[in-house]
Amino acid sequence: MKKYTDSGSKDTRSGFGAGLEELGKTNENVVALCADLTGSLKMNAFADQNPDRFYQVGIAEANMMGIAAGLTIGGKIPFTGTFANFSTGRVYDQIRQSIAYSGKNVKICASHAGLTLGEDGATHQILEDIGLMKMLPHMVVINPCDYNQTKAATIAIAEYDGPVYLRFGRPKVANFTPADAKFEIGKADVLTEGTDVTIVATGHLVWEALQAAEALEAAGVSAEVINMATIKPLDEKAILASASKTGCVVTAEEHNRFGGLGESVAQTLVTNNPVPQEFVAVNDSFGESGTPAQLMEKYGLNADAIVAAAQKVIARK
Amino acid sequence: MSQENLQAVVSQVRRDIVRMVHAVNSGHPGGSLGCVEYLVSLYFKHMNHNAADFKMDGVGEDVFFLSNGHISPVMYSVLARAGYFDVSELATFRKLNTRLQGHPTTHEGLEGIRIASGSLGQGLSVALGAATAKKLNGDDSIVFTLHGDGELQEGQIWEAAMYASAKKVDNLIAAVDVNEKQIDGSTDDVLAMGSLRAKFEAFGWDVIDVEQGNDLDAIDTAISEAKGKLGNGKPVCLLLRTEMGNGVDFMMGTHKWHGVAPNDEQLASALAQNEETLGDY
Repeated sequence: MKKYTDSGSKDTRSGFGAGLEELGKTNENVVALCADLTGSLKMNAFADQNPDRFYQVGIAEANMMGIAAGLTIGGKIPFTGTFANFSTGRVYDQIRQSIAYSGKNVKICASHAGLTLGEDGATHQILEDIGLMKMLPHMVVINPCDYNQTKAATIAIAEYDGPVYLRFGRPKVANFTPADAKFEIGKADVLTEGTDVTIVATGHLVWEALQAAEALEAAGVSAEVINMATIKPLDEKAILASASKTGCVVTAEEHNRFGGLGESVAQTLVTNNPVPQEFVAVNDSFGESGTPAQLMEKYGLNADAIVAAAQKVIARK
Repeated sequence: MSQENLQAVVSQVRRDIVRMVHAVNSGHPGGSLGCVEYLVSLYFKHMNHNAADFKMDGVGEDVFFLSNGHISPVMYSVLARAGYFDVSELATFRKLNTRLQGHPTTHEGLEGIRIASGSLGQGLSVALGAATAKKLNGDDSIVFTLHGDGELQEGQIWEAAMYASAKKVDNLIAAVDVNEKQIDGSTDDVLAMGSLRAKFEAFGWDVIDVEQGNDLDAIDTAISEAKGKLGNGKPVCLLLRTEMGNGVDFMMGTHKWHGVAPNDEQLASALAQNEETLGDY
């Protein structure tokens, strides 16, 4: 099995900040907006280097989404930045009408997604955002797995004409994808090839899936790990090719099991090749305060949970 | 265009509005009729715009955003009469497969529409973005908006109002249709808003009261005055005191025609009160 090494843990939000900083230098149409969380979103470099193209809107996310929609009308490519909760649920109707239905080229960039926000607790730990965004017609939904991929995805979405939801997180996590890899929207990456079970993971759970695959290998189980950074449009070909080989699937995500990646994968499987699937996801619950690691363990979102789900789904074949 | 010719357009637009809503027995005639003079004055006199060659980015042109999207009949009629699309298309209003959806949308590629509206309170924010893009592009043309007074009950309006003055968005003229009516009754009964002038001034705006919001001369003067105030670090608000249902006697003075279509008899009466000047669609 191909092994991956952590080149030095980094937060995915810093990958976003680095990508945005690069866009500031390479694409004069890129502008950025932030609702009083510039430091948390790592947008300082862009703001400092491009003061005329950075808009501090204050704690007014609805207004931020509308301004972003309006900026596209003059040919700009706006990147909005705030926490995932305030990027989605708080402003759903603004995104729906002024951005998605109006077909505006806005990049909604959302940090601190999921449980790994940690101690701030459930008010800030949105676990429903992937579902909210993927339900909007033609909205692209991306949840990259590490610093390098988040940086690459940030750069890639500027080249795509249409609304995008880019989801990333707060904590430092393993950085293991190549620094020079180009991000392709809608294309899954098969990280390890295997024959017994397919693990389709997104975001922070991809590294956990790789750890799970190593543990499974030690137990004599061959796992194929797929990094599904783009949740919509979903790379159905990659899922079906792997499922036809392994005959069962585990999905893993830092999100409610309702509305997330697992649900999209299930729809693909059930309409094409119905094989057993298990879900590693939050089970219809809010989060709570705690350290990221404590929360991921309590809510069953780590490598151990993926190993258990893999063993269960293999038994169902 | 002369005020006399503008008045002729106004009369035709009123006919279009009542005929459109009558044809599908749905739509919003009251607010539409109250804003005819303002939109006609904008599109036929005050805005620098290119109806024959619509471009979404509106670079080099004045652009307008209808925030209270339910008054789509007046928007569609004025756009068609201004040459954005053929007036015959007004007959498709609210019908299956139409580009003239119940509330305006960019989704169907209708020339003249740059944002979807209908869910209230969002247009001012969009206008701020468009106005900001104009500044970035070195484009000194103007962004206009229209809002209902009831719409000002939406919180996002005040987020946008605060931003506009704080960030000196001074290439923006936002008009409020102050007809003092909303679906459930008078604005004072539903949720009294106090002095709109005082509120906008407190939010850092220049405010111009237009007591005769259905009078073309009064509107003309007000828009000219508003244009003169631009470029001075403050956004400008026009408070247009209008009559809901203006130009159709039985629709005036009541909120009851907010979203109700006239029957055959009422349509005949409405048309008799407004001369066919440019040819019915």
